[in-house]
Amino acid sequence: MAFQSSQASETAKTPVPDTLTWTVPFGVGGGTDVWARFMSHWVGESLENHPAIVINNVPGGGSITGANLFYSRARSNGAEMIVTSASTQYPAMLKDPRVRFDYSRWTPIIAAPTGGVVYAQSSMGEDPKKIMEHLRQHETKFGAQTPTGLELPILLAFDMLGLQVDPVFGMRSRGEGRLAFERGEAGIDFQTTSAYFSSVTPLVKSGQAVPLFSLGVMNDDNIIVRDPAFPDLPTFSELYLAQPDTSRDDMAYQVYHKFFASGYALQKLLLVPRDIDASLLATYLDAARKLAKNPEFLEAARQRIGPYDPVTGEVAARQLEAAMQMSQERRQWIVDWLKQRHDIRVVTQ
Amino acid sequence: MFESMVSGIGQILTVSHLLYMCLGVSVGLLVGIIPGLGGIAGMALLLPFLYGMDPGLALGMLMGMVAVIPTGDTFASVLMGIPGSSSSQATVMDGFPLAKKGQAARALSSAFLSSLCGGVIGALILTIFILMARPLVLGFSSSELFVLTMLGLAMVAVLSGGQLFKGIAACGLGLLVGAMGTAPATGEFRLNMGIEYLFDGIPLVVVGLGIFAIPEIIELMIQKSSIARDQAGLGKGWKRGVLDVWQNRGLVARCAGIGSIIGTIPGLAGSVVDWLTYGYASRTVKGEKHFGQGDIRGVIAPESANNACACGAMVPTLLFGVPGSGTAAIFLGGLLLLGLEPGVSMITTHLDLTYNIIWSLALANILGAAFCLMLARPVAQLTRVPFALIAPVITMLVLFAAYQATRSLGDWYSLIAIGAIGLMFKQAGWSRPAFLIGFVLAPGAETYFYQSIQFNGLAGFMRPGVLIILSITALALLYPLGRKLLARRRNTASDKTAATTVVEKTQATWGVVDMILVVGMLLVAALSWYDVRDISFIAHVFPMLSIVFLGGGALAVAIQIRTEGAIRVEQPALQGLCWLAGLLMVVVVASVLGFVSTAALGSLLFLTFVARAHWLTIVLITLGIVAFLLGMQSLLSLQYPSGLLDGLILPSS
Repeated sequence: MAFQSSQASETAKTPVPDTLTWTVPFGVGGGTDVWARFMSHWVGESLENHPAIVINNVPGGGSITGANLFYSRARSNGAEMIVTSASTQYPAMLKDPRVRFDYSRWTPIIAAPTGGVVYAQSSMGEDPKKIMEHLRQHETKFGAQTPTGLELPILLAFDMLGLQVDPVFGMRSRGEGRLAFERGEAGIDFQTTSAYFSSVTPLVKSGQAVPLFSLGVMNDDNIIVRDPAFPDLPTFSELYLAQPDTSRDDMAYQVYHKFFASGYALQKLLLVPRDIDASLLATYLDAARKLAKNPEFLEAARQRIGPYDPVTGEVAARQLEAAMQMSQERRQWIVDWLKQRHDIRVVTQ
Repeated sequence: MFESMVSGIGQILTVSHLLYMCLGVSVGLLVGIIPGLGGIAGMALLLPFLYGMDPGLALGMLMGMVAVIPTGDTFASVLMGIPGSSSSQATVMDGFPLAKKGQAARALSSAFLSSLCGGVIGALILTIFILMARPLVLGFSSSELFVLTMLGLAMVAVLSGGQLFKGIAACGLGLLVGAMGTAPATGEFRLNMGIEYLFDGIPLVVVGLGIFAIPEIIELMIQKSSIARDQAGLGKGWKRGVLDVWQNRGLVARCAGIGSIIGTIPGLAGSVVDWLTYGYASRTVKGEKHFGQGDIRGVIAPESANNACACGAMVPTLLFGVPGSGTAAIFLGGLLLLGLEPGVSMITTHLDLTYNIIWSLALANILGAAFCLMLARPVAQLTRVPFALIAPVITMLVLFAAYQATRSLGDWYSLIAIGAIGLMFKQAGWSRPAFLIGFVLAPGAETYFYQSIQFNGLAGFMRPGVLIILSITALALLYPLGRKLLARRRNTASDKTAATTVVEKTQATWGVVDMILVVGMLLVAALSWYDVRDISFIAHVFPMLSIVFLGGGALAVAIQIRTEGAIRVEQPALQGLCWLAGLLMVVVVASVLGFVSTAALGSLLFLTFVARAHWLTIVLITLGIVAFLLGMQSLLSLQYPSGLLDGLILPSS
């Protein structure tokens, strides 16, 4: 870090362009779009020349279309950036044949982690333990979006805990999944932290829902620990490792860990092409680091995005690289698991 | 609660609130009037203002924008036969024929007044309803949603006139086109012929434009007249339109009621409600009916419903954070940006904000409709202009609108393909609405069907809500039959109902285009069957069902022609196809050279050699087109295919 900032001050700085274009491969109004628009305000503020930031929504193919387009067309002049999320990361890890982009050619500026909570109908038992027992013995429905989307590690987690959860796919958002839970059609559900606070907490208070476990957060040593937003809830990892004959080295846990890292620890990412001018990149990273310490920003972010501090620069880059590297063996394992457990055929390259 | 209402009124009647709302309304009208744009573009325009604004003011502005989009898009539907967005599809059915009869001003003023009433009624219903809507929204399980899509599909029988089999086949084709892309149950790809563009299926805007607008444009080109064939008293329909709404006030109120209730159901809303109310009106109104040929009630019904529906769609958006329509999704994004979390708190701690939203909605509807009413008469004069002069403008608008769907060249090519279907349907009298309804409802029907089976099993279909909706569906299907029987029993041959049924029973006809369609549909059915045979059961059961409708309907048409001795008629298809080929050429050239240059060049050539217009007119129209395209590009940061020429001539943006 020290090296970078000294380099930036010694060599002539490349000026930040007046207009930055952020490609958002999702529609207007979705979670990633809202995050991008929120961030664009603050990133613009934290750069000295206050550039105008244009959000270019290119939805389609669950974000693959827009990411492909950015990968093939974006110039490395520092004016073009892309915002991605778990739905962009997962197909790349699974080598979806439609994916033509490559994360190793992009470098992250700032990333937002998120956590999440799994909760169930209180009618299944009076405490989490009884409910878990019920879930092990009775098949329970779960409203999910797509087999290879944000819920992939959650489905894996259910199976690793021996819960008989049967996903019903085709929900258009996590919100629809929650609606199915509120209607009583689904017995178990999952929400990311901010949605959990706004929409599930009232259900817990009214006694309809009982939280079972959180996903936890990743610490600097890449280990999943308790979520500061839910200090009283056990994490999935705790529950899994408490079972007999389990360890962090299990194939299932390793695969879960990968998908958790790329989909939750780095859920939303702002990236630039790796080969942009080095001093410009340093300027961006510098702005991101400053932003991550700006109390005003943190306050607004807590309110609107969730109680997690953003990850910037090298930490994000290191985490992303580790998360995106998926060995052929692990990839085959998850593909086989989807086929055997849920009869879902995933085509990989 | 009462306090919140009062404070809500207080909030919206301040000067600053009204000013911001007017800004929102103007933006909403702008993006509503231009086909193909919509809430998304409007949002892009308003967003720079939004951040850091006082939530109350920002909500007024957003609401103003969202509320008037279904009002503004009526212009394109009525004047040009272009369904500007999903909420104005049914308006095209009778609005455009009215414009052709020279009654554009009447259709427009009725439409705007109905929109106004619908919006206000919707907001009034919402005022009370929002407080107790939670159980209703939660009462709609996937089973109810599924049978509701069935009710929508039943409208096919209503809208296909006397030609039921053709209607079924058309609907089957629509369902099949709607099933293209990815199976919602498993994420498997199907029916996409390996073309990457089709992985997401064809966008609704493209299908709407292709099936309605393209055939109309081509027909007008062939006839070489103006849109309004009957030019007498063009501007005089204004008062008559207002009178029409007054005479049909019962219909307006009922359709607004239906609209606001359907709107509250997340996941359906927008695109079903106008067809439902259109079908409802065509079944229940008394007296002489000319639905599909320019019946003013065919405009009044969907227009009163769609603004009310926009109100209703706020219920799931505010209470559950699950948007009831595309526009509501955008509004939800705005809420989140303002730091407002939708949920129960919207009717507890934030009730005043909720009432602010609801009444901004009502006020925006009044402002928007009043503004459009003033514009209606002068704009209606456009239908007087010889069509050859505005053909380049409309063609450019259609291409512009289609390209905004996904901003890929695939939008244009699928527009032409759907346009070919639309053209043949129109020439041979196959129901185009049936196709569109099938297309619109395909994803819902499929998803809700298997979700319902998985969540509730077969028992789901015995739920009281399901039974109620099923009986409404049965009623909708059997109503005319019952009326027919009654009429027969009374034996009053002079009864007007009987008269219309006689018209429906005319001898079937057939021609070359029918033959092409039947053979083509059977071929498509066979190929699609081959395509989906290998994917897993829950991913192929729905396409298979669509194929059964498509193939069965087409076969039935063929059998009907053979056994009932249909009369052979001339169906000149060649001329229409030539024009379509011309349009295809324009698209190819635009892909290579760039959209803006092609639009300018095409307009110059067309106006000079086909329309033979005065040189000044030519220059003005061409400049107008270029100015519009470039203006939109810089205002909304849009992108067009830039091609070889655009990049050279135009400054890069």
